[in-house]
Formats: sequence, C-alpha cells, structure tokens
Amino acid sequence: MKNPLDSLWGTVLAGLGLTAVLYYLVRTLMGA
Amino acid sequence: MDFLHYGLGRWLHIVAGVMWVGLLYYFNFVQAEAMKQAQADGTAAGISKHLAPRALLFFRWAAVVTWLAGSWLLGDRFDDAFLFKERAYIPIGVGAWLGTIMFFNVWAIIWPNQKKILGLVPASDDEKAKARRVAFLASRLNVALSMPMLFFMSASGGMFRTAVFGA
Repeated sequence: MKNPLDSLWGTVLAGLGLTAVLYYLVRTLMGA
Repeated sequence: MDFLHYGLGRWLHIVAGVMWVGLLYYFNFVQAEAMKQAQADGTAAGISKHLAPRALLFFRWAAVVTWLAGSWLLGDRFDDAFLFKERAYIPIGVGAWLGTIMFFNVWAIIWPNQKKILGLVPASDDEKAKARRVAFLASRLNVALSMPMLFFMSASGGMFRTAVFGA
C-alpha cells in the first residue's frame, strides 16, 4: 500500500481524515 | 497581569505559531518540489546552502517559542489540558498534544536529520539518503497533524467550543 505521506495531497487528505476522527471522538468524550 | 498573560501571551503564541506552521507549509508545499526541479537543472546548491539553513533556523526556534508561550497560556490548567482532567479542557488538550508531538518531531527527528542532509554534521551518502527519507516523512507527518492541531486550537475557547463541540 502506498504511503499517503509520499503525496502532498495524500498528506492533506490524511490530515483532514484525522481531524474528522478526532472531532467525533472528542465530541463523544464530552458527552455532546 | 491578565493583559500580559492572555493578551501578549496569546499574541506571541499565535505569531510564533504562524511562523512555525508557515515555514512547515513552505517546506512541504513549495521547497520540496522546487528542490527536485533545482536538482534536475543543477541549481539546488543555492537552496541548500543559503535558503534552507535560514528557514530551518526560524522554523525550529519558532516551534520553541510557540510551545513555551502555549504552556505559559495554559498556566495552572496545564495538567487539566494534557491529562484531560476537565471536560471543557479536552479540545485544547488534544490540540496541545498534537502540537507537542509536532514539536518533538521538529527537534528530535527533523533537525538532527537535516543537519546530516545539509552537511552540518559528517554523514556518509547512505546515511544522508536515509536522513532525507526520515526528515521528509516526519515533516509530512507534521503537515497532516497541523490540520487537527489548528482545528482544536481554534475551536477550543469559549463560544467557539460551545458552537463546535456542543459542550
């Protein structure tokens, strides 16, 4: 599997994906 | 005292953070591709000799100022944020952890490897090739981490936190 960090836009997409995952995790932890 | 702490402290955190992340984006969005083209036509020496060391100098010290100003801003809430002790401090805690991982990447991974690449410390061609790959991946990882880091930093205070996290 290709490393997404090898591509600039793969890196940006990985960052956006991580943002979404952490957002839902934090929202759940905060009990919202 | 509050003006110094929350006014100037936050301003310093943001100014240094803009320089740090701005240079991180410069390296990844601009210099990396330009370097490939410069190597192809034999003009890369100017970048690696004059430009990269200066950009790296401001990059790594801006990271220090950003982290210290951020820690100062958290003050006696430092452990509430980093240990997620209070619900309201979870978003800033996540941002602070992401920023801290990025800070570690700069000083423990990117800079020691860049010193080999730029010839500031002795390294064989094999070591330089390996250092180039490691520094590249650490820098790219920081670009990816900067996105949630900036999201949590900007959405963690007062009305923003309520609007974004509903609590």
